[in-house]
Amino acid sequence: MLLVRRFEERVYYLFLEGEIPGTVHQYQGQEAVAVGVCDALEASDWITSTHRPHGHALAKGVTPRAAMAELYGKETGCCRGRGGSMHLGDPDVGMLPAIAIVGGGNTVVTGLGLAFKLQRTGQVAACFFGEGATNEGAFHEGLNFAAVQRLPVVFVCENNLYGASTPWERVSLVPSVAARAGAYGATGQVVDGMDVLAVRQAAASAVAAARAGEGPTLLDCRTYRFVGHSRSDARGYRSREEEEEWKLRDPIVRLRQQLLEDGSADEAALEAVGGEVDAELDDAVEFARSSPDPDPAELLTDAYA
Amino acid sequence: MPTPETPGGARRLTIAEALREAVAEEMRRDESVFLIGEDIGIEGGFGGAFGVYLGLTDEFGHERIIDTPISEKAIAGAAVGAALMGLRPIADMQYSDFLFECMDELVNQAAKMRLMSGGRLRVPLVMRAPVGATVRGAQHGQSPESYFAHVPGLKVVCVSDAYHAKGLLKSAVRDDNPVLFFEHKLLYGTKGREQAGGLDLTAEVPEEEYLFPIGRAVVKRAGCDVTLVATHVSLYRCLAAAEALAAEAGIECEVIDPLTLLPLDADTLWTSVRKTGRLVIVHEDTLTGGWGGEVAARAADECLYALEAPIKRVAALDVPVPYAPVLEQAVVPTSERITTAVLEVCR
Repeated sequence: MLLVRRFEERVYYLFLEGEIPGTVHQYQGQEAVAVGVCDALEASDWITSTHRPHGHALAKGVTPRAAMAELYGKETGCCRGRGGSMHLGDPDVGMLPAIAIVGGGNTVVTGLGLAFKLQRTGQVAACFFGEGATNEGAFHEGLNFAAVQRLPVVFVCENNLYGASTPWERVSLVPSVAARAGAYGATGQVVDGMDVLAVRQAAASAVAAARAGEGPTLLDCRTYRFVGHSRSDARGYRSREEEEEWKLRDPIVRLRQQLLEDGSADEAALEAVGGEVDAELDDAVEFARSSPDPDPAELLTDAYA
Repeated sequence: MPTPETPGGARRLTIAEALREAVAEEMRRDESVFLIGEDIGIEGGFGGAFGVYLGLTDEFGHERIIDTPISEKAIAGAAVGAALMGLRPIADMQYSDFLFECMDELVNQAAKMRLMSGGRLRVPLVMRAPVGATVRGAQHGQSPESYFAHVPGLKVVCVSDAYHAKGLLKSAVRDDNPVLFFEHKLLYGTKGREQAGGLDLTAEVPEEEYLFPIGRAVVKRAGCDVTLVATHVSLYRCLAAAEALAAEAGIECEVIDPLTLLPLDADTLWTSVRKTGRLVIVHEDTLTGGWGGEVAARAADECLYALEAPIKRVAALDVPVPYAPVLEQAVVPTSERITTAVLEVCR
């Protein structure tokens, strides 16, 4: 979680300084969801991600070097500079290039599950999406198909209360995303998405059920994006008070307190982790800066196998 | 291309039979091939909207012939995901009009995953879809292949006879890229509906295995005066027009079936155009933005100085397909309209 948070903080400044092109959709505040879910998955399991994929990528095992270089648009990036911020992914760690069409992963993930089921590999696919995606037809078609086929899929809703600027209650009369699972004979569960241990526990159960052939679970992880939707977002649609309330539930602060209280770690050990993370990110930025650009001459060979 | 001689005597198959055979052969050959779509394997059902999969469930079972909800996005999305994991899905759209339900899965996901992954992923899927105006009205009568011929990352195949249908479907299944495979509803059957001109729609299909490559056009009729390029049922209307023009006006048309729209077999097309100096492109897709425009533009680019007349396109009129047979016939390219265009460029 700390790696994701500090990666995003670096990216924010590097973007403002003009080193990272395009735009970035950042993940600060939602770290517990990516980390809790990916920790419940095996390395051989797969995830699909969204336009806000940096946290998912790092949690699933994309290296900070490969992720940072991709944001810089470099040949050494995890997608060789062809993907970019919104399409981070790496087949070697079980992550498709992130799907930046809202709800786009919700049908594609059923194909991953179908392949695992038909080939009897025992693998599971987890699909990340926001609550906004649950009003897309793809959400409903994907969940229903996964349910009737009993596919080894976990649908992970990162319910951060706003689809870009639009509050959930403006676009749904049903307060709970989890409740929508019932319409398809799947299990829905509300999860505290600011508590990494709670997410991991819920995800572990959902993954176990998926692996056992019991079909998909819909996890409704209540979380909060501490920053704007994208870098041009001044967040005028929500109050600073609301933001401060959610920041009191910061998943990193919370885990830190838990670890200190139960004696799993002391201040020195946690400081050391912070130091390692910073060193890794220094290295990642330096790697990205010094990496070569992709060669436009190779571009036309990439669209087809 | 003439049908190869078949040792032990020729068989004649319909397109539906040839496609069924291609599917069965590929499923026997490769465990990773499976079918997914609506109403394809239900006992007592249809074997797909046009019967192509009839009887296959007996051999391959429901695990490899997956009947889905009426969820085109799920069909296409599942095909994309399974293909990314190394399987080779043959997905089925009952009507090509329904492809618009899953444009995201095909255009944003299937076509782009390879590039977005830096060339590390493959998406070996086939999406079969029937096209064509057959008195079913505006939402079951389109020929939408041009939408997909515009998309880098996809391949687009249009078949018009059993021999090429079988060889191309087998190639499509083995291709590591997403292939949109368009068939015309009037060309499936044996007898040939009146609308299709009462054609004999069977073709010789060898008993032994063969492939026909994606990206190769065939010259269906040789001629020296004008090149006609047409797919699907329009191809047969061109062939009929060509015979009449030869008999009545002494004009020899060279008729080419491109078979693949993306990537186009430029060599075959431009070789013919350079020979004849005249080009007429015929398709049942609408005129504006149809693939004929792309062929015309490229012909102008490649062989303008060989042209002796303006390039003509004979296409469906720029209106939604109407229902009444008399209206529908006024919309689609008929042999009469093709003949008129040829006479114009041969003036």
